[in-house]
Amino acid sequence: MPETKPVLMQGNEACAEGAISAGVRFYAGYPITPSTEVAERMAARLPDIGGVFIQMEDEIASMAAIIGASIGGMRAITATSGPGFSLKQENIGYAIMAEIPCVIVDVQRMGPSTGVPTAPSQGDVMQARWGTHGDHPIIVFSPASVYETYYLTIAAVNLSQKLRQPVILLLDEVIGHMREKVTIPRDSRLMVEKSSDKVPADYKPYDEKGLTPLVPFGFGHYYHVTGLFHDQYGFPTGDPPQVERSLDRVHEKLEKYRDEVVLTNYIGHKEPRVVIVTYGCTVRSARAVVKKAYWNNREPVGLLSLQTLWPFPDKEVREIAKKADVIIVPEMNMGQIVSEVERHVKGEAEVVPLNRYDGEMISPDQISDIMGRWLS
Amino acid sequence: MPHIWCPGCGNGIVTAALVRAIERADYDQRDVVIVSGIGCSSRAAGYLNFNTLHTTHGRALAFATGLKMARPELKLFVIMGDGDCSAIGGNHFIHSARRNIDLNAIVVNNHIYGMTGGQHSPLTPTGKKATTAPRGTLEREFNLLDLARGAGATFGARGNAAQPRQLEQLITRAANHKGFSLVEALSPCPIAYGRRNKLGGPVDMLKELKESSISIERATSKEETELEGKTITGVIYQDEVPEYAAEYYRSIGKEIPVKSGG
Repeated sequence: MPETKPVLMQGNEACAEGAISAGVRFYAGYPITPSTEVAERMAARLPDIGGVFIQMEDEIASMAAIIGASIGGMRAITATSGPGFSLKQENIGYAIMAEIPCVIVDVQRMGPSTGVPTAPSQGDVMQARWGTHGDHPIIVFSPASVYETYYLTIAAVNLSQKLRQPVILLLDEVIGHMREKVTIPRDSRLMVEKSSDKVPADYKPYDEKGLTPLVPFGFGHYYHVTGLFHDQYGFPTGDPPQVERSLDRVHEKLEKYRDEVVLTNYIGHKEPRVVIVTYGCTVRSARAVVKKAYWNNREPVGLLSLQTLWPFPDKEVREIAKKADVIIVPEMNMGQIVSEVERHVKGEAEVVPLNRYDGEMISPDQISDIMGRWLS
Repeated sequence: MPHIWCPGCGNGIVTAALVRAIERADYDQRDVVIVSGIGCSSRAAGYLNFNTLHTTHGRALAFATGLKMARPELKLFVIMGDGDCSAIGGNHFIHSARRNIDLNAIVVNNHIYGMTGGQHSPLTPTGKKATTAPRGTLEREFNLLDLARGAGATFGARGNAAQPRQLEQLITRAANHKGFSLVEALSPCPIAYGRRNKLGGPVDMLKELKESSISIERATSKEETELEGKTITGVIYQDEVPEYAAEYYRSIGKEIPVKSGG
């Protein structure tokens, strides 16, 4: 075990530190509330460790720059919030298509549009899934604490490298700005998972046999990178069977590594009647309710928290639905993940949404009120 | 070699000049990266045997900035069309110039969006016709070299597809310049621009390009009236200003390797 030290840290700072621990040495970004501390921390830290920090002219350029850096072989990240996340979408699609690893942090604020920049929200769940055009796969993590932010950022960077796939970290203003104790290893190099360095002479960056590591530019392996559908060497193609294979390829890798990608956590009764399914800062209110109801009063309740939102934890939710009569889905939006829960529960349990969209957190009282109604 | 360019297009001539310039600059193949945007000329990246990066519309310079900062030893050539560079990519263009980052921007200016069939761009001369300006555009055009210089570019040159030797020399000089370099390459688009504006066939358009151009060396001895209607070619400006990537690496005390890895 690496030596560790506990520190008091903000979620946004923990995100920056997690990225650095995972070997990120490139940050490109544009100032936006409530994500700016990620950039500020990176601006302070990266020059000391041989990394690159650059403040770009806009959000689009920031997204482009991290893809460029990643093609050069540097692990790269950017952070933003709603309006900036909207602007980044086209190039996120590019990274998916060209299979360039990168991590995008969206510290969610109240939207739509400029909204309430300083108020928390969980309104970007569906945008994270479908924000860029075309039929694409995506990985989205949503931490519920500063500690989780640190470790999920590390997981995001490593998975992104391994699968050559952009990973989105969906924070919210509560998690981003909250300060908590977090224990981070002193020797952060231990957190960097190396991808394979074995490269055949005839390097195919998009080998039809499956996932190949990305050999950065400037190492004598000549290939093309494009957002067009492409062959094994990256050159454009419009050939229908090849187009179909190419799209299958980006989806299949997520299916293959599904169990590494989908992270959830269950606490509570083994045979629950009522289960709360939620994510991000709303987990905190839900946890308070379940702790009281189950640990203090042994009531048949539980909490399934979703660290991974996409790909959606379908198996895990179906398991819960087999046991529980009722699934409560609190979200700080008008109901986004709840439809996904309903889709996979397929009527096996009653699915009850609990929505709040006034820029305030869902309180434990709000959750226990609804839970109480179904328990009595 | 199969390619998407129309008969009479100047993109092949400009691409060939770029390749000869890279040879002239004596770069190692593995150190060279070609970055491009979206449009006819940007397809050149897919025809060249280097590490090549065909990006999104307008964003080539932003991708290139990330790559250059991560790997400052690489030699980057960024091919863009006039619409790609000066309309949708205008912000990245002025900020790359302002930073003076060592990217070599080759802007193939055919005054039109060719790939989408002939819409006017910010470099379409006032009065010229396009599918989206059927009566002739009322908009004023950018002077791309002036725009870049105003934004801080330290090297600006103009050549054309009718004088490929000169173009090759200009790209070589741009490559050797430390900082943001712009080479504007005027190029004929007989299909989507020439036809609609009755500029004749490919040969007529090349001839007109050549005859309307005058090198900056010869232009300096001419009276202003003699230069009316002429396009000045050559290196229009070159200044020595600290280059951004080198300055960044110096500031963090990290050495830039002379050559790339592998």
